[in-house]
Amino acid sequence: MPKSAYQPASRSPVTRSRAFYSVRLWSVRHSRGLERIYKLLAGVFLKLHPFWKFVGYKRAEKPVVLIEKTVKSFLFDCRMCGQCVLSDTGMSCPMNCPKSLRNGPCGGVRANGNCEVEPDMPCVWVQAWKGSRNMRAGDNILHVQPPVDHSWRGSSAWLRATAQSAEEKDAQKTEAG
Amino acid sequence: MMTPTPHDISSPLPPLPGHTSRGRLERVLRAGEFAVTAELNPPDSADPNEVFDRGAVFDGWVDGINATDGSGANCHMSSVGICALLTRVGYSPIMQISCRDHNRIAIQGNVLGAAAMGVNNILCLTGDGVQAGDQPGAKPVFDLDCMSLLRTIRLMRDEGRFLSGRKITSPPQVFLGAAINPFAPPYDFRPLRLAKKIEAGAQFVQSQYCFDIPMLERYMDQVRDMGLDEQCYILVGVGPLASARAAKWIRSNVPGIHIPDSIIDRLEGAENQKLEGKKICIEMLQHVREMKGVSGAHVMAYRQEELVAEIVHESGILKGRRPWTRENNPDYEAVAEAIETVKDQSEHPIDPEEAVAAAFEEH
Repeated sequence: MPKSAYQPASRSPVTRSRAFYSVRLWSVRHSRGLERIYKLLAGVFLKLHPFWKFVGYKRAEKPVVLIEKTVKSFLFDCRMCGQCVLSDTGMSCPMNCPKSLRNGPCGGVRANGNCEVEPDMPCVWVQAWKGSRNMRAGDNILHVQPPVDHSWRGSSAWLRATAQSAEEKDAQKTEAG
Repeated sequence: MMTPTPHDISSPLPPLPGHTSRGRLERVLRAGEFAVTAELNPPDSADPNEVFDRGAVFDGWVDGINATDGSGANCHMSSVGICALLTRVGYSPIMQISCRDHNRIAIQGNVLGAAAMGVNNILCLTGDGVQAGDQPGAKPVFDLDCMSLLRTIRLMRDEGRFLSGRKITSPPQVFLGAAINPFAPPYDFRPLRLAKKIEAGAQFVQSQYCFDIPMLERYMDQVRDMGLDEQCYILVGVGPLASARAAKWIRSNVPGIHIPDSIIDRLEGAENQKLEGKKICIEMLQHVREMKGVSGAHVMAYRQEELVAEIVHESGILKGRRPWTRENNPDYEAVAEAIETVKDQSEHPIDPEEAVAAAFEEH
């Protein structure tokens, strides 16, 4: 095993193996289906906006984070950055890039499409490009992403996105009315 | 837009309309000349003379000198330090910033400091992983990535604000660059990534070492189709290989460098491998010079810097143009004035008690 400073969450370099990436790679292969599921889920969450408001977004945070973390950790090896861009990056989580690149592959990608830092890991961004080609909104990968806000780490991206779209909806309503 | 030819080396550089910096590199590129840049091998030393000596080998042969920021994740003199020294003696450095070692607070501070020292060009990089260097135990920062770094500096320059929105009283006037690597997968995404970098603020790009002209040609075809060569100046990286053994070592140990077998075979078959390496480099340069959409070359002769002048001269890529030589740094007027003031004051020593009393009376 090559020596490396990069430590994926809760894994020791000794136990890491190619098999570890198989679910993540499955998700990329099924990016189109996952995109559809995510859209549905986002719709449901938005419909539940009055409920979240009633409970309080802050109070809902803890149980939602628990579910979100479990699901996304299993499917994408999610790192809970709190500002999910999976639907813009071909369902390949960019926070798994050892350089946390959020805007495309670095120049160090190996000729076999593996990572420069982790020689046995397929490059997150080579996968992202593949996944995005199967998605309806795949060209979102061409948008420049803002820097990560590290103070959002560990919070629910789902609730944040819901609150945001609810706000936008309200704004549209007031504009129309 | 055409600007006066950059042959006039004695004149200071007033700001030109449409230019974002007062630097020579931007002028050369905007004037449509074929620009040449080189990379300074950063010293492992605190001696300024080592920087001056290493800069002097490029004197009169290049339009800009890259000051690397811990290249290959190895520890050397910092790029800000090198740039401070180089601008002091009238060189025109391209300061590299790598996101590996600094967070956004440090980077924005360094940009202001560098611009105050007279740095006109900044190259935004993500940086190699720490595993590649001499200190694999270091904590990798990677707070920003090259794209958000470009955006951040553009925001500072064009809107005069920090990332937080706070105002900058005198924004840094810099020419922004980025890196490209047409020789790594995913190949069909690479030109789109260049488009993204241009959108984020890149005005020029320097490429990774090119040893494969057909591959570069394929990349440039796509780039030209998208019209990207008209939105950004593309400088292709070239460099001499010291021997077949070195080439093989680089290929398997340095991330992101693609060397085809044909090049290695050619080196192995040669009597004098070092000379052959130089020849290959010159041929690459001449190819690149004639390639449509390419605005310049970036000559990286790691540990063979003395060869750069020969390579540039023998390849004939300048076509008689005399590139930049050392000149007065316009930002240094401020420093000269400050020195005068200090000299004045040292002739009339101030009594601290009197000074405090005077200041007190003023209020």
